[in-house]
Amino acid sequence: MSSYRIQGATGEWEVVIGLEVHAQVVSNAKLFSGASAAFGAQPNQSVSLVDAAMPGMLPVPNEECIRQAVKTGMALGAEINRWSRFDRKNYFYADLPQGYQISQLYHPLVGEGTITIDADEKAGIAEARTIGVERLHVEQDAGKLMHDQHPTRSYVDLNRSGVALMEIVSKPDMRSPSEAGAYLRKLRSILRYVGSCDGNMEEGSMRADVNVSVRKPGDPFGTRTETKNVNSIRFVMAAIESEANRQVDVIEGGGTIVQETRLYDPDRNETRSMRSKEDAHDYRYFPDPDLLPLELSEEFVAQCRAELPELPDAKRARYEGELGLPAYNAAVLTSDVETARWFEALLDATGKPGAEVARAASNWLISDLFGALNRLGKAIDESPVSPKQGAELLALVADGTLSGTLAKQVFEIMLETGDDPAKIVEERGLKQTSDTGAIEAVIAEVMAANADKVAEYRGGKDKLFGFFVGQTMKAMGGKANPGVVNELLKKALG
Amino acid sequence: MSVDAATVRKIASLARIAVTDGDVEAMVPELNNILGWIEQLGEVDTDGVAPLAAVIPNHQRLREDVVTDGNIRDKVLANAPQAEHGFFAVPKVIE
Repeated sequence: MSSYRIQGATGEWEVVIGLEVHAQVVSNAKLFSGASAAFGAQPNQSVSLVDAAMPGMLPVPNEECIRQAVKTGMALGAEINRWSRFDRKNYFYADLPQGYQISQLYHPLVGEGTITIDADEKAGIAEARTIGVERLHVEQDAGKLMHDQHPTRSYVDLNRSGVALMEIVSKPDMRSPSEAGAYLRKLRSILRYVGSCDGNMEEGSMRADVNVSVRKPGDPFGTRTETKNVNSIRFVMAAIESEANRQVDVIEGGGTIVQETRLYDPDRNETRSMRSKEDAHDYRYFPDPDLLPLELSEEFVAQCRAELPELPDAKRARYEGELGLPAYNAAVLTSDVETARWFEALLDATGKPGAEVARAASNWLISDLFGALNRLGKAIDESPVSPKQGAELLALVADGTLSGTLAKQVFEIMLETGDDPAKIVEERGLKQTSDTGAIEAVIAEVMAANADKVAEYRGGKDKLFGFFVGQTMKAMGGKANPGVVNELLKKALG
Repeated sequence: MSVDAATVRKIASLARIAVTDGDVEAMVPELNNILGWIEQLGEVDTDGVAPLAAVIPNHQRLREDVVTDGNIRDKVLANAPQAEHGFFAVPKVIE
């Protein structure tokens, strides 16, 4: 259990959090029409007469959207309901031309599942925890309103209207803002592995409704509020903290919490009531008469299962077990699907058994490549160096052509020029030398120039050995094989 | 189950239908009559009978994930009381 507590005037309070995540499904067309689901079209161009809710238009579900939701459900270890049904959620708003959203209340496509969040001491999560997922269902997105284009009008763009969303509802199992953040990061990672949602919160393809209540530890659940449409993990964590503190203040001030819909204002870091949503819980759901129940064949379900990729937890266990990677490396490499893909392409390109090269490859990727990408502000799928080039560089280190220092130099040149490492080594003469004659000559020079230090070393000041290694390497432009330098120096210094 | 005048007003307001006091007065008994008939259905024993989704046995057909529609903005906006710059223009609705 989390030790996160809010200190109130009357003692400690525990925070109870549940999240409803809306994840936009990756598909070509919308959930119930043949209009494009892609971003960026001119206003109202990705709109069919179904999406505009013209009279007599009938919805037909998109098989790919159902498949994506089923695969996501499987990735959450959840029950896939062979029989589910669409319901109408009725409300009026300018971004909802139908006057109802087609959703699934009574019989969702996916039942209970779980998400495991990992221990993270820095975030105050002492041990891995399993967070329950209550359900996953598919529903339509609404259109978009713009309020700042005209003094007295709002503009409506229906391009998003009818795009498929998965609503993924957690159980009220989280107990701290950090746990909520970890849950969202893990969910996003799973969605991106499955390929059912791009997880881009900035562009709105993943947003969260945050349910928060507070209680004295051990008491039953308190009354919760729902803060709508929070669009970044950082804001979700901040909204929880500010809303929980507000609730403690209200209760300790003698008030009671009203079950209501609230809005998070990141500029002021506070939540406030959305009075316009007073009727919000009176949605008068009923089965959509335009749609038959959705029945999945065993064949369809089996096909979805066969298409499921290796998921982050399984991949991480395999990296630690089969590849023998340290836990930290395995966690970093598997947290995002693009990183894992790049790493596996790198291992493939070495042409060697994974277990043999994985450790060096993972260290290089995490420190050198990530460092460079950070500096360049690029994501791993935009890396100027390809996995194949990375593998060549690692091979040059493994066979002794390059020392660690030289490899870093070559890598910098690769980043700048995009050239292959072998070509760089050849053209710029950056090859490491193990030529004992040349190294011995330099050692003799270094010793002659530092006769006093030689005497000190021989007098018992062992620490000076590093000084001689440094001087020798420097004199050789970093190109001497460090192993050979060590060996020859020991001999020369006696 | 029965409805009173307040419930009728609430339902009307949720449906965005304007009703006069006279309408409400007439509608209370009318709706209660309908509810009475529906309640009669409750007398039928339906234990063990699966809900019927459609009278004709049929399965929901699914569509292929192909873009086949859209790019008909003029048609989409044709009936709008007001449209500007390719958007529907509606009275300002802001929180």
